[in-house]
Amino acid sequence: MSADVELSDVSVTFGSFYAAKNVNVKVNGGEFFSFLGPSGCGKTTLLRAISGFQEPSEGKVLIDNKDMSGIGPNKRPTALIFQNLALFPLMSVSENIAFSLEVRGVSKEERKKRADELLELIALEGQGEKKVHQLSGGQKQRVAIARALAVEPKVLLLDEPLSALDLKLRQRMRTELREIQKRVNITFIYITHDQGEALTMSDRIAVMNEGELEQIGKCDEVYNNPLTPFVATFVGENNPLYGKVTGIKGDKAQIETADGQYLAMMNETKKLNIGDESIAFVRPESLFIPRDDDSFDNKIDVNIESFEFEGNLKNFYARLQSGAKIKFSVPNAIDTSSISSGSSIALGFDSSKSVILPKASLAID
Amino acid sequence: MNNFLFTQPFFKKNGKAVAVYFLVAIIFWFVFLVIIPQFYMLDLSFRTNVPPLARGGPEDYYTFEHYSHFIFGSKTATDAFNFVDLGVFGRTIFVSMLVTIANLLFCYPIAFYIAKIANPSTARLLIVSLIIPFWINELLRSFALRILFANEGVINNFLTGIGILDQGILFITYDIGLYTGLIYAYILLMMFPLYNAIESLDINQIEAAKDLGSSSFRTHWRIVIPHAKPGIVSGCTMVFMLTVGALATPVVLSSPNTLWFPQLIYQWFNMNDNWSRGSAYSIILLIVSVIFVLSMMRIFKVRIGEIIK
Repeated sequence: MSADVELSDVSVTFGSFYAAKNVNVKVNGGEFFSFLGPSGCGKTTLLRAISGFQEPSEGKVLIDNKDMSGIGPNKRPTALIFQNLALFPLMSVSENIAFSLEVRGVSKEERKKRADELLELIALEGQGEKKVHQLSGGQKQRVAIARALAVEPKVLLLDEPLSALDLKLRQRMRTELREIQKRVNITFIYITHDQGEALTMSDRIAVMNEGELEQIGKCDEVYNNPLTPFVATFVGENNPLYGKVTGIKGDKAQIETADGQYLAMMNETKKLNIGDESIAFVRPESLFIPRDDDSFDNKIDVNIESFEFEGNLKNFYARLQSGAKIKFSVPNAIDTSSISSGSSIALGFDSSKSVILPKASLAID
Repeated sequence: MNNFLFTQPFFKKNGKAVAVYFLVAIIFWFVFLVIIPQFYMLDLSFRTNVPPLARGGPEDYYTFEHYSHFIFGSKTATDAFNFVDLGVFGRTIFVSMLVTIANLLFCYPIAFYIAKIANPSTARLLIVSLIIPFWINELLRSFALRILFANEGVINNFLTGIGILDQGILFITYDIGLYTGLIYAYILLMMFPLYNAIESLDINQIEAAKDLGSSSFRTHWRIVIPHAKPGIVSGCTMVFMLTVGALATPVVLSSPNTLWFPQLIYQWFNMNDNWSRGSAYSIILLIVSVIFVLSMMRIFKVRIGEIIK
């Protein structure tokens, strides 16, 4: 059983500070939905509003179209997985998992049966008698999930539960979480500042900044068609090219910068006019060193400054004539021995792989 | 020998001056403040009560008479047992137990409120209000309570004054004043271990329990109290031990018809000039209290290491 979750004009204020402001979002039943944003953007506040630990100052939280105001966290069809998991250290793994059943007065045998089922779901059969501290980080994660699922929630809320894990484990847990979600088929609402996590697991994501929603959409949609300069630079990496609009050709706009003119895609909802201050964005992986048979409709002259080896990618940091910085990435398989620091080269990029947006502040790294 | 001592790792690690200071302080404390007085009293409790000049003489010998006096009474008594002293002792242990429980019940909500609910400035204010009355000596605090609880005291005068009562309640006669005084006397020793224990509980634990559907009562029962158990036992141990051994509060606040066991000990030492019997009574109180506390720890499955933590 999964449920829709709807936030309708939700604002949460602390004194005069808006932790969340006029948030409107509808999460569909059975969806894996992520709130993505930098720390302090209000995403945890929203999660607490959904779980019932924080009453919205304005607006409503609806779960299955039912207004949740005045309903405490223990009465909502949600279960929350805390950032630090908050497993009960004095209880065994099984007791942890069956705690929600215990508080409902379920008999001991029934509890044991259910705990065993959930242990099987998280691949920890026979480990119910262990204490929490005897488990590894990944096992603890899974116990926290099982404990939350024991409530049979309609919505599972996850507050950056993977942030304490090391990289490999985090990557594995992403896949596992996704699989568990498909198996139990309930709504997952996930909070993270890690765009990789959000993109790999979610059906849709909502990008937040300073308490407000910047964009809601499918992962590739948000990545390829950011609606604001903040989203363009927070989700993945992007090179900004500042300038003024000098021409419009269908769904593309021409931007005049200090270093030349480029063509980029306009967003349907963010139409531009000639003379508008704007920013064109091009991602590091969309900048290419042109070969003879390549034909890019944008060319850009750069001066290589430094180089960084990431493994699968080689990153080059360069400057334009105006002094603006630019980064481009080349797959490791491509031979770049001819490029060295100090050399000047021409890069190319396709206007369809670049977006142009009205000028606004970027995400500060 | 000298060189051998100073080459020990302890001396190398701390430096000579600090190491010597540590050693002297620890040895002084352990030998002069713990070992010698206790052993002296233990020794005295098994000796006949003779004037100082007769010490070492033929009348000074080892005997169980003080212990047997506690149980069976004086040799000339007609009763089979020393019902008076045993009664005082039993009552002291029993009432101390109730006082400890009452103290715990009283402190738990306050400690929880300060540790987990109150905002920092309120918490500070509350802690200060708890501490400030204890800048005054225990004896004076007892007198203050006496003024409140006396038959013609503040409370009775107020209640009769506004017409709620026709005549005052006999707080002192029924030992209500004594119990209140005993609960209040060592309240900080319950409050602070409890506060420290609860304070160290991750608030997410409480929220997680709540999120999983737990009622407030059950969250306390299953999460907060098990976590705070070492603090609870530590507070209970200290309060119980000190209450059992309280003297000033009972002297000021107990009704004229009842005695607190330390008052009995005091009488043997000071009024009856029988230090041996006083020592024996002290040893009895000490041993029974220790056994009591250890058995409580056994029952509640707490180890001594957890308490000191």
